[in-house]
This record gives sequence, C-alpha cells and structure tokens, in this order.
Amino acid sequence: MEIKIALAGNPNCGKTTLFNNLTGSNQFVGNWPGVTVEKKEGRLKHNKDVKIIDLPGIYSLSPYTLEEVIARDFLIEEKPDVIINIIDGTNLERNLYLTTQLKELGIPIVAALNMSDILQKQNDVINIDELSRLYDMPVVEISALKNIGLDELQKTATAYAGKKAGKPVSFSPELEETLSKIEALLPATVPADKKRWYAIKLFERDEKVLEKIKLTPETSSKIDELIEAYEDRVDDDSESIVTDERYNAITSSINKVHKKDKTKKLSLSDKIDRVVTNRYLALPIFALVMFVVYFISVTTVGTWTTDFVNDGVFGDGFFLFGAGREHYEEALGEYDLASQEIEAFEEMQASENLTPDQLKSATAQLDVYSDEGELEEVIPVDYATYLQAQDVPEPEPSQFGTFVPGIPVIVQNFLESVDCAEWLQGLILDGIIGGVGAVLGFVPQMFVLFFLLAFLEGCGYMARVAFVMDRIFRKFGLSGKSFIPMLIGTGCGVPGIMASRTIENERDRRMTIITTTFIPCGAKLPIIALIAGALFGGAWWVAPSAYLIGAFSIVLSGIILKKTSMFSGEPAPFVMELPPYHLPPLKNLLSSMWERGYSFIKKAGTIILLATTLVWFLSNFGFEDGRFGMVDMQQSMLAVLGSAISFIFIPLGWGTWQGAVATLTGLIAKENVVGTFGVLFGGMSDVAENGWQVWQNMQAVFTPAAAFSFLTFNLLCAPCFAAIGAIKREMNSTKWTLFAVAYQCVFAYCVSLVIYQFGAWIYGDGSILGTVIAVAVLAIAAYLAFRPAKQYKPMKAGAELQ
Amino acid sequence: MNTLKDAKIGSTVNVKKIHATGALKRRIMDMGLTRGTPVYLRKLAPLGDPIEITVRGYELSIRKDDASLIEVEETED
Repeated sequence: MEIKIALAGNPNCGKTTLFNNLTGSNQFVGNWPGVTVEKKEGRLKHNKDVKIIDLPGIYSLSPYTLEEVIARDFLIEEKPDVIINIIDGTNLERNLYLTTQLKELGIPIVAALNMSDILQKQNDVINIDELSRLYDMPVVEISALKNIGLDELQKTATAYAGKKAGKPVSFSPELEETLSKIEALLPATVPADKKRWYAIKLFERDEKVLEKIKLTPETSSKIDELIEAYEDRVDDDSESIVTDERYNAITSSINKVHKKDKTKKLSLSDKIDRVVTNRYLALPIFALVMFVVYFISVTTVGTWTTDFVNDGVFGDGFFLFGAGREHYEEALGEYDLASQEIEAFEEMQASENLTPDQLKSATAQLDVYSDEGELEEVIPVDYATYLQAQDVPEPEPSQFGTFVPGIPVIVQNFLESVDCAEWLQGLILDGIIGGVGAVLGFVPQMFVLFFLLAFLEGCGYMARVAFVMDRIFRKFGLSGKSFIPMLIGTGCGVPGIMASRTIENERDRRMTIITTTFIPCGAKLPIIALIAGALFGGAWWVAPSAYLIGAFSIVLSGIILKKTSMFSGEPAPFVMELPPYHLPPLKNLLSSMWERGYSFIKKAGTIILLATTLVWFLSNFGFEDGRFGMVDMQQSMLAVLGSAISFIFIPLGWGTWQGAVATLTGLIAKENVVGTFGVLFGGMSDVAENGWQVWQNMQAVFTPAAAFSFLTFNLLCAPCFAAIGAIKREMNSTKWTLFAVAYQCVFAYCVSLVIYQFGAWIYGDGSILGTVIAVAVLAIAAYLAFRPAKQYKPMKAGAELQ
Repeated sequence: MNTLKDAKIGSTVNVKKIHATGALKRRIMDMGLTRGTPVYLRKLAPLGDPIEITVRGYELSIRKDDASLIEVEETED
C-alpha cells in the first residue's frame, strides 16, 4: 500500500537536508500548479512505496502568503497519511507555533526534533517524553545534517500513517467554549476530524475558508455574534486572539520541556554576525562577497566553462587538457598571415593586370589592422614572400596534441560523407546544433552561479544581503535580494534571471525578472562599441551612459509597475528571519545546483531552440530568381520581414530595413547585431567585434541621434531568446512571460523615441511633431510614476488607533 | 505611544500592542511578537533600516515602518 508523507516545517529548520537524506536521488522537482513555488516530491530510499512531499517552508498556516496557502490546501485536500513536522530544537518556541496549527488538521503528526547535536553542544536539554506527552505526538530526535535518527523517524512515521491523530493543543477555557459552539453550527458536510480546523478558521474569519465553506446567512450571523461577543470581551480581533492563545500555550509548555543552559555565551554565529553586519564593515564585506561571486561565476570559471562549451564542444573542437593548444594557435596565426599575404599579392595582380615578369619584381602592400580598426602595420609582400607564403601549410590540430573535434565538425563530416544537401547541412549545423549550443552554452556558467547562490542561501548570508540592501531596493518595488540578479545580469541576463529564484516574495521576484535584462549584459557590449565607434568617434561617455540608462530603466519601471494593478495591493510585510550562520552540506549545494540548472535546460531549452532555429531559417532562406532556397541575408525572408516592419522605427530615427533586421537577429544573441550590420552594410561575413569595417557605411544611414536611439532600443527591448526562455522558466506562466517581453519592448520604444526626438535637435534635424509626441510620452511616464499608489495606503492608515 | 521603532538599540522592551491590521499584523504575530513578549533590539542595518531584533531566541529583521506599528513598554528591571 502506498503511503503519502508530507514534510512540513519552518524555513531554515533543516527540511531540505532531511528531504535529501530521506529520498537520496529518488526525487522529482516541479512547480506547484500555476505558481513559481518549487514542489519537491520523492520516495524513501529504503521503501519505494512511501512517497514524501516536501511542503514549502512556512511559519504559519495563515491565508496571506502563497507558500502557506499552498501548504494548507495540500494538507486539507490531498489528505496525506502522516505529517513529519520537522522542528528546529534550537528555536523551539517559534517552530512549535506551526505545530499547534498542524495539530488541528486531524492528520497524524510525527515530530522530528532536529539539530539534536547542536543542542548537546550548547548544553541545552529538551525533555522529549514531556514534549511528546504535552503535544500528544511521537517525537523523534534527529540530526538531519549528521544523518542521526533518520531510520527511527522513517519507522515511526510509516507505522503511524493513517492512524488516529493525537489531540490538538488546547486553548483557554473561554476560547474552547466558543470554538465548540461554532463546531456545533458547522454544516454536516464537514468531516468530524476537520471540525476543529474549520471552527478555528471561521473564528479567525479566514476569507479563503469562508469562500470554500458556504454557510447559510443564518449560521453565518450566529457565528459572527459569537466572535463579536468574544472580541469585545478581550478587546482584540479574533485572528490575533487565536495567535496569542497559541503562543501562550507554547510558553506555558516550554518551561516544562526545555532546560536552557543559563550561562550565556556568544555562539559562533553571533560572532560572525557581529562582523558581517557591523555598521562599518557590512558594506565593504557585501561588496567583497559580491565581487567574489561575480569574479568566479562571470569573469573566470564561468567564462572558461562557457567558452569551452561554445568554442570547443559546439565549435571547432578542443585540445584535451589544453595540451598543444598554444603551438596550434601559433601555427594558425602564421597560416592566417600567409593567406592574407597571398590574397594581397593576387589582388594586386588582378587589379593592375601584371605580366608574370612584372610580377616577379612587384611588391604588394598588406595592411594589418588592430581590433580597434587602426592601421597597425604595413607589410610589403614581394614575389619571394608570396611563394614562401604558399608553402605555409594549414595546421592540422591533431598534430599538436590530442584534439577532440567539436560536435558540429563531427556532424558535418558525417553529413558530407552521406552527400547531404547543402541547405539541409546548414539547417542542421547552424540552425539546430547552433540552437542547442545556445541553450547548453549557458549551462556551465549557470551551474557555477547556482552553486555559489546555494552556498550563500544555505550559510545564511543571503538573508543578510536583503537586510543590508533592503533600504535601497524597496523604494522601487524590489527586494534587497534583487541586487544579485542585477549584478549577475551585467555579465549575462540568463543566469541573472535565474538568480531571482532566491527572492521569496512572488511580486518582488516577478518585478526583478522583468527589469533584470535592462542592465547591459556582456553580449550587448559589442553593440555599444559599434555605435560609439561608428558615430561618436569612440567617445568615452557612450558605454557609461548605456549602464546609466539601464539603471534608470530599472528604477523607473520599478516605480511605475509598483503602482499598476498587477503589482499593487498589500505590500508584502518584510518581517524576515535572520537564520544562524552555518556551513551548508555539500550535498544540498550540489542538488540545488543540479535542479536549477536542469530545469533551465528542460523548461527554457525548447523555446530557445525553436526560436533560434526559426530566426536562423528566416535569415538564410528566401526567394531568389523565383526559386526558394538558401540565399544571402539581403535576399532572405528576414530582410523582407525587416523592410515590412521598419516603418515602426521611423519615430525612433532608424526606420531602415537594416536596423530592423539587425534587431531581429539580435534576438538570437545580442552580439549578432554587429555581425548583421557587417553583412548588411559591408557585405562582409566576418567583422571585428566592434564592426569597425562598416563604420563609414553606417554613417550614411544613421544620424548620431538615431544611432543612440538604436543602441538604447536594442539594450532595453526584448532580450535574447535564451533570456526569454529563462523568463518563461522563472515566471512559470505564458501570460507573465508575454507581459514581461511586451513591457520591455514598449518601454524601450518610449525611451528610444524620447532620446531620438530630443537628441535630433542637438544635431539640427529635430521635428516639431516628433518633439510634441516625445513630450507627451514623458508626461505619461511622469504621471504613471508620480500618481499616488492607491491600495498601499489603507494598510498603514488602517492601524487601529484608539 | 512608545513604539519599537523609537526604542533604543541594545535595550529590551515588551510588546504591548500591534497597531496593524490584516496580513501585516498576522505576520508580525506569527513570528512571535505577541503581547508581553520581550524583544531585544540588536542592531540597525548599515543603511539605517531595517532593525535586527531578538525575539523568542532567534533573530528577526523588521523595517522601521512596520516597527512603528508595534507599541512597546519598558521592561521592569
């Protein structure tokens, strides 16, 4: 027979560790239906018939937070056979508060008293028998971390499953009397073992329960009378009366159960906290921690692993352990130079039509440019050099070390060997494998980041991040923890968005997901370099202004969105536990890292792959001479599409098809904008990272104001498909994903419009109509930002001052 | 009215009444801040808000806005 166990407990009580140790690898992570809260299920390592559902970490079963509603709906509707209530023994009072509520559900409960090892160290004694007697439930001492007592816990829980539940915690005689009167009024449909739960919830005027249990007006007014009479007597609201009673019951029991070591010592955690959130040291330490996270996950390990996947596994290939790479690259450089020399010489021959005799005494010039587009060196190429150059062999990587070819190379060799049609090869290699690479390329970096985040969360520092940064971020409707997604977002928006997972409050999390990609990521830097170089003579202020616009967009969006109906309503109370510091078990870090990374591949992978393949297809295929097939980008369907939609961008100053097409290819990856301009403005298939080869041609099409508007639009509009996939994964809702992308595009459009219309005056081509529209846009934005927030007030003003 | 917001860092006070309603009141009380509970004001965040307090043996962070809704009284000692 299958047994269903629900695992319930406070956040930070060791629930994750216990769940991991009970289930091992037999776990499945998903989402609770319709929300972004993780749902974990698993089966006991030693007994596959026993299913364990890990409920979200909660402090209470109130109707106000998403996690709590999920937990209680599950407990009421899915009726688990037994609840394992994990209780942090070092924090007994508050943990028992949840226990008093679980006890009312009529479900058998086994208490797992965790951290027994720490209690022992602190010389604290908890009287297990007394605790078990007072709360009428079996209590098993465990240490989830040290794997102590878990066998006994499993045995007790499975034996107790389906048995009669113990007596609930009793309140004061007066309250008990009123509750039993309400119980008597309950409709007959309420099962006997749930009567107390419903009576208490009705007494608390719990709206979620009132909706579900349809009372007749008569019963409802009778119950109201009972509640009001009680409230008048005690002079408090019924909900608070019950909460008070629960804590009173706990306080009176705790003295009988818990013998605390009276000699007060500073725990290690206290000592750490003294330094970490110290008035003067907190910010420098915060900066240091953030720097380390960024340095490891973005700059060093993250980049190495990403480059390895992109250029190695999904590129030409890689040398095993890097051995031989240096020599190979040297040889490759020589070969490149030789090819350029040959090209220069042959070009001269072609343009000047030299006879073979003339050739022998002629000298061509090879211009060598730096990455910045400056002429670095002019190499004379005479006939002897030309002949020598022809003898330089193309280096074969396998001669330099153990070379593992990349997946595309292997597949290409195979496709060529079976005489596959060229267009199909393109589709498979560049379209599909390129798309898979686009998904997997992010994964290693993400794993590194998730590992670090799991560590910060597990050790207790993440709560301090919120504590330290809260003051700044809450002004914009964000959480103090929004700092991390945005910081990571400067490297890459995809892990940035995924990092928003650490924000508990759903509203803050959604807001963070929507605004994170406004910050210029690494892939947007080439666009900035291109525009700065092509139209602003490489002016120093272009790059900082891009970051400023990003930060400004986050702030403005935060303020505007906070006041919309989607985000308004009661602000989430920021009453947050600061858990003690401790070293999280490696197993938890690894499993958290794996789950998050894997869920990105699974949930975001499909959309990224499909979208990438589609845009690749559109940009490589089209009609030429009445025939459909592979064409240059200028003739592609994407070019047709770009021309068709380019009129949209006329108010932004760049209503050209090139701009529209580049924006579309930018959706695959933002740096593609530069490559696309290379093709469209210079007919070059390969340009430098900042595209200096096409700067001249761009100046003919873009005015500086238009170029800056183009830059702004591409920075702020819908991010690349990978990031959109990440948004979809984190929002867990198509509606919210579409809203996020639509908002980003509209916002980008408005900002770019304003920038272009005002900027145009500086360069002498401003228009009256455009300026009027820009002013109107500004006015609307100002209205949205400064209008009073409606629903926010009543909550504070509703304070019952007597 | 003495509130938790104005209480001195390093002092211990007792909760007298919660002047909030709805979700906020429930949350504050759920975390153990009920009538008569002693609260130790541990420290101020580096930027001046929120406050870190010790209640029922654990650490809690609470914004000054919310703390201003918690009426407290001096402990008798």
